[in-house]
Amino acid sequence: MKDQVLKTIARIITPFIQLYGIFIILNGHISPGGGFAGGTMIGTSLILYTLVFGVDQAKRKFSEKASAFAESGGIILYILIGVIGIVVAGHFLANKGAGFDMGTPGSLWSAGMIPLLMIAIGIKVASTFITIFHTLIEVKDA
Amino acid sequence: MKKIIRLLLFAGLLGVLVINIMNMPAILSVDAPSYNDSIDHYLEHGVEETGATSIISAILADYRSFDTLGETIVLFTAIIALLSVLKVGDSTRKEG
Amino acid sequence: MTFLQPIIDHINYLGAAILFVIGLATVVNHTNLIKKILGINIMGTGVFLFFIAIGNVTSGVPPIIDPDQPDQLFINPLPSVFILTGIVVVVSITVYSLSLVIRMHETYGSIDQEEIARMMAEEADHD
Repeated sequence: MKDQVLKTIARIITPFIQLYGIFIILNGHISPGGGFAGGTMIGTSLILYTLVFGVDQAKRKFSEKASAFAESGGIILYILIGVIGIVVAGHFLANKGAGFDMGTPGSLWSAGMIPLLMIAIGIKVASTFITIFHTLIEVKDA
Repeated sequence: MKKIIRLLLFAGLLGVLVINIMNMPAILSVDAPSYNDSIDHYLEHGVEETGATSIISAILADYRSFDTLGETIVLFTAIIALLSVLKVGDSTRKEG
Repeated sequence: MTFLQPIIDHINYLGAAILFVIGLATVVNHTNLIKKILGINIMGTGVFLFFIAIGNVTSGVPPIIDPDQPDQLFINPLPSVFILTGIVVVVSITVYSLSLVIRMHETYGSIDQEEIARMMAEEADHD
């Protein structure tokens, strides 16, 4: 698209959407939200960027290699956190027993592994949304 | 004719659903059977057991975190299916 | 007005059932494949509304524990967690069926179910 207003506004607004998504992910254990909601916000900000600037430029910002890395990296991070539970406490995805720092409830640094799992889910959901959109929009008419 | 039969079938389905719903406990009541002992346990002991003040996150990522792992794997499978349908298969189409 | 009381007591469930039937009617009645996918999404929304309505409680607050206010009544957190799973499943179904529709449009040049069926029958006759 060639609309100057759209380009300028999108360039200004995208970092704020992404910052809000990161805020939602990191505050998932003390406020409404979490990995799914925040990941969706980051994914939609990238979709906005793709709609305004085109697929080619968006691919330069977030390439297929990066999306493949984030897709599998999210799940592998999740499973690694679970395996820490097996090694330390004896069962998969142990939280308190695995020696994660519980902190004081209600502060940002609390709840042990829950913020880490939320970060893993957020990475996974954001990359899923942007991969779906890029794949569906790239199909050429036969 | 076909359309009328379809409409009657959907009306019948809606009637069955409505009759069953009317026998359910009313909305917005604390006495509903879904508000049971496990919910009380989550609400009373959730903070000390998981450290998260948001009980939904505590259930999502601690009590039922294995379920959430399955959710992420569902998303991963959807992506694999999407890519295998759209990015592969140009050669098979020309043969057919 | 006593006959209205049972309807008011179950109004959210009734809305969920009506949404579900509208979605099912869309899936059955339309031959356009995109509209069928939309119908599946509407059915999913009906199920979500049903679960969320089960979890809601009069004057309940979202289940975020505040140590300063001990005697709060919280809504039921479990249906909300289940619905997160449901939303993920509906998104996955939508994406996969959309990709199949794109492939069908590439192959047959149409997204109408009956047209595609006719073309497939003609191809079978040629063979």
